[in-house]
Amino acid sequence: MNEGIVVAEMTADVPMQYGLLLAAVLFSLGVIGVLARRNIIFILMSIEIMLNAAGLAFIAAGARWAAADGQIMFILILALAAAEVSVGLALILQFYHRTVTVDADAASEMRG
Amino acid sequence: MLDLLALVPAFPLFGFAILFITAGTLPRRWIAAIGVGSVGISAILALIVAAGFLSAQQPYTQIVWRWMAIGGFNSAVGFYLDALSVVMMLVVTFVSFLIHLYSAEFMADDEGYSRYFAYMNLFVAAMLVLVLADNLLLLYLGWEGVGLCSYLLIGFWYRDPANGLAARKAFVVTRVGDTAMVIGLFVLFTHLGALEIQPLMQRAQESWPVGSGLAIAAAGLLLGGALGKSAQLPLQVWLPDAMAGPTPVSALIHAATMVTAGVYLIARTHVLYELAPPIHTAVAVIGALTLLLAAFSALNQTDLKRILAYSTISQIGYMFLALGVGAWAAAIFHFMTHAFFKALLFLAAGVVIQRLHEEHDIFRMGGLRRRLPLAFWSFLIGSASLAALPFIDAGFYSKDLILWETWNSGANGPWLWLAGIVGAFLTAIYIFRAVFVVFFGPVNIEPEGRTGFAIAVPLIVLSLLALAGGFVEIPEYLGGIPAFTELLSAVLPNPPSLTAPTASSALAGVLTGIAALLAMLGVAVAFVAFLDRPAFVTRLIESPVGVTLQRFWAAGWGFDWLYDRALTRPFVWLAQLNRSDIIDFFYAGVAWLSEAGWRLLSRSQTGLVRWYAAGVAFGSATLIILAVFA
Amino acid sequence: MTAAFYIAAVVAVLATIMVIIETNAVHALLNLIVSLLAVAIVFYVLGAPFAAALEVIVYAGAIMVLFVFVIMMLNLGEAAVAQERRWLAPRMWMAPAGLSAVLLGELIYMLWQGPAAVPVGTTVTPREVGALFFGPYLLVVELASMLLLAGLVGAYHLGRRERAVAKPEMETAREAQQETQR
Repeated sequence: MNEGIVVAEMTADVPMQYGLLLAAVLFSLGVIGVLARRNIIFILMSIEIMLNAAGLAFIAAGARWAAADGQIMFILILALAAAEVSVGLALILQFYHRTVTVDADAASEMRG
Repeated sequence: MLDLLALVPAFPLFGFAILFITAGTLPRRWIAAIGVGSVGISAILALIVAAGFLSAQQPYTQIVWRWMAIGGFNSAVGFYLDALSVVMMLVVTFVSFLIHLYSAEFMADDEGYSRYFAYMNLFVAAMLVLVLADNLLLLYLGWEGVGLCSYLLIGFWYRDPANGLAARKAFVVTRVGDTAMVIGLFVLFTHLGALEIQPLMQRAQESWPVGSGLAIAAAGLLLGGALGKSAQLPLQVWLPDAMAGPTPVSALIHAATMVTAGVYLIARTHVLYELAPPIHTAVAVIGALTLLLAAFSALNQTDLKRILAYSTISQIGYMFLALGVGAWAAAIFHFMTHAFFKALLFLAAGVVIQRLHEEHDIFRMGGLRRRLPLAFWSFLIGSASLAALPFIDAGFYSKDLILWETWNSGANGPWLWLAGIVGAFLTAIYIFRAVFVVFFGPVNIEPEGRTGFAIAVPLIVLSLLALAGGFVEIPEYLGGIPAFTELLSAVLPNPPSLTAPTASSALAGVLTGIAALLAMLGVAVAFVAFLDRPAFVTRLIESPVGVTLQRFWAAGWGFDWLYDRALTRPFVWLAQLNRSDIIDFFYAGVAWLSEAGWRLLSRSQTGLVRWYAAGVAFGSATLIILAVFA
Repeated sequence: MTAAFYIAAVVAVLATIMVIIETNAVHALLNLIVSLLAVAIVFYVLGAPFAAALEVIVYAGAIMVLFVFVIMMLNLGEAAVAQERRWLAPRMWMAPAGLSAVLLGELIYMLWQGPAAVPVGTTVTPREVGALFFGPYLLVVELASMLLLAGLVGAYHLGRRERAVAKPEMETAREAQQETQR
């Protein structure tokens, strides 16, 4: 009981919208990064920002109801991000070996 | 015994399957054994089945299997045996067997030996399906099957483009009739709800009054099919050209069996014609006109096989005349005797033509009486039967019966009889013209080679049949044993001479006498004009009118010319007009449109990842706008 | 604690902006790590200490180390920075920024449509998370493990260098690029 009170003091009294707003802003910045950068490494980083923003949205929503499900979703996103980054970075290496550039626009052999 | 029925058409089909699959890899002996043997077994089976039928005297139906049974539609492979189909089956199997036997030697040196027998076996199977089918759908299968074999065998020597053209002409012209027939089947099925012939005829009788529009339409459309298949006016143009095929083919398909399928069809569906008097009359008129036109054309041919082809058209005209006046049994009787003597004539002509190195022109032949005695006697017997020389041959009895019934058929009877008797006179002239020109006079070409056993046997057997085949029906003034018509009376209605006689039986003798005298007079005219004093005929032909008429008749009354001008050329003209295919514009437009769409959309396929990501972002933004604000 | 949220949020946004406009990959990466750490603070403030710990350890730690390795391996150098500067022309920024602004506007609109919700205000302990994970979400854990395995296999396969083929290709391509840079 005592512990619960202490914990309650440690949480901030922030409306859920603010947490979600922060997530939305980070996500939009990630979108700009993906669309505007040509360097494939920066694109991958921007994707990480977007994934992280999505995780933040889950945490914020989970905090609203004090439910553990939000954190579980975040952990799943984390696992996803780990897998995605490992494959993505391997792809970047392979891409660089083949084209000797990090320009994402160089990979346009599928042009119709 | 009767349940062997399904095997009758099965054996030739089996023979076809073997020959078709082996595709000429078998030794020639085996090919002949399979080709002839399968039809021979079929003939023996037909005999057994016929014996069973004659002892039972009951119509017999055998359903082999059903394709489907949906609602009222019941499609089965079923065979129906009654007096009519027994006669057809026996004639088809026996004549086919004899002609197959003949072919085994006749075609011995042909490279397409296996192909020939495969087609012939398929033909026999299809023809048997046609005459034995218990429903019109199966009958139509046989109908198209014989049409296909006819096409394949006319164009058998396909390396000569003319043969291919003749085959195509036969196919297209009969297709005109077949289309009418199919529409007729549709009419029957939609209005009577059945295709099995017996229930169909019953329902027609119950639901359609005499002279009703539907009955006239159905009978007329089926008649269209019969006209095409049986080479009657106005669809007779294909048969003379069909002589491009091997001679045994002409004997089997284009004389004895297939071309009489129309006669069988009309006899089989006679109820419809009795319900449609205008069409019934039209059958008689078409028959009378055809027999006259074809007889005139036969008189002016120089090609031996074309004489016989026009003669076939003319003789089928007699059958149609008989059908048209309601003498159903007489038509079938004439079909039988005609199958004997016309097959005989063709086979004899085949011997003559082959021994003279494919010489078809009768005026380059001559004096073959002593060189080819077997062919001569066969041809003479066939000619006598065709010309209906009195008493001694089969053709006399059948033609006499037709003419007698024609006379009795109401007010128009005597006029139709007149056409028939003129035709009989012309028949005697044109066929004995061929006899005298080919077998008498000086020898022009020496025949070579020898005629073997396999050719001789069919000629002898058919000669006997052409002489004695008529004795199954002895007319009243000779004692009166109408066995044939009595057999068929269970299936076909009584002829006019029994239902509504307009002439006394005393007149029958007089009419027969006239016919007999005219036939003999025809022979005499032919003797005088073409053997004794040919100068007179030569002068006649060389006169301006004679030349024109001769050309006109030799070309079959200009029907080919007429069809060329009236149908072919306008069609070709239309095709020329539509060279760029107007209707295709629409489809080309569709193709152009999709190609334009492709051009447009393929621009979006830049291959740039960021471009695609932008597409996803833009799409998400749009979707959210739609979800939130709309 | 409320102030901590706002400070961390501002830091996270600024650091993220630095990531997407930075020309040097290593600098961008460091900014990204700052952003992630700020987000970790936000997590903690929102009552998710376990998630905050994972954010620091896995995201800012393990995943970013992978990035560092790759950037080191590529060893792009000063030329790459100059190239980045060329690529970051304003006209490249305009359309994506506009699109993102629209997207953000929509999100904000949607957020402010709903009722203003105040959190319950209790911390969700790792014990609760773990209990839920290995209870109802067990199947999801298995799926995540399979995903990671697939990532492992994929990364191994793609990361292999096919020396026999790749080397001459690489060299000719490198020469060609040097040619164009001149």
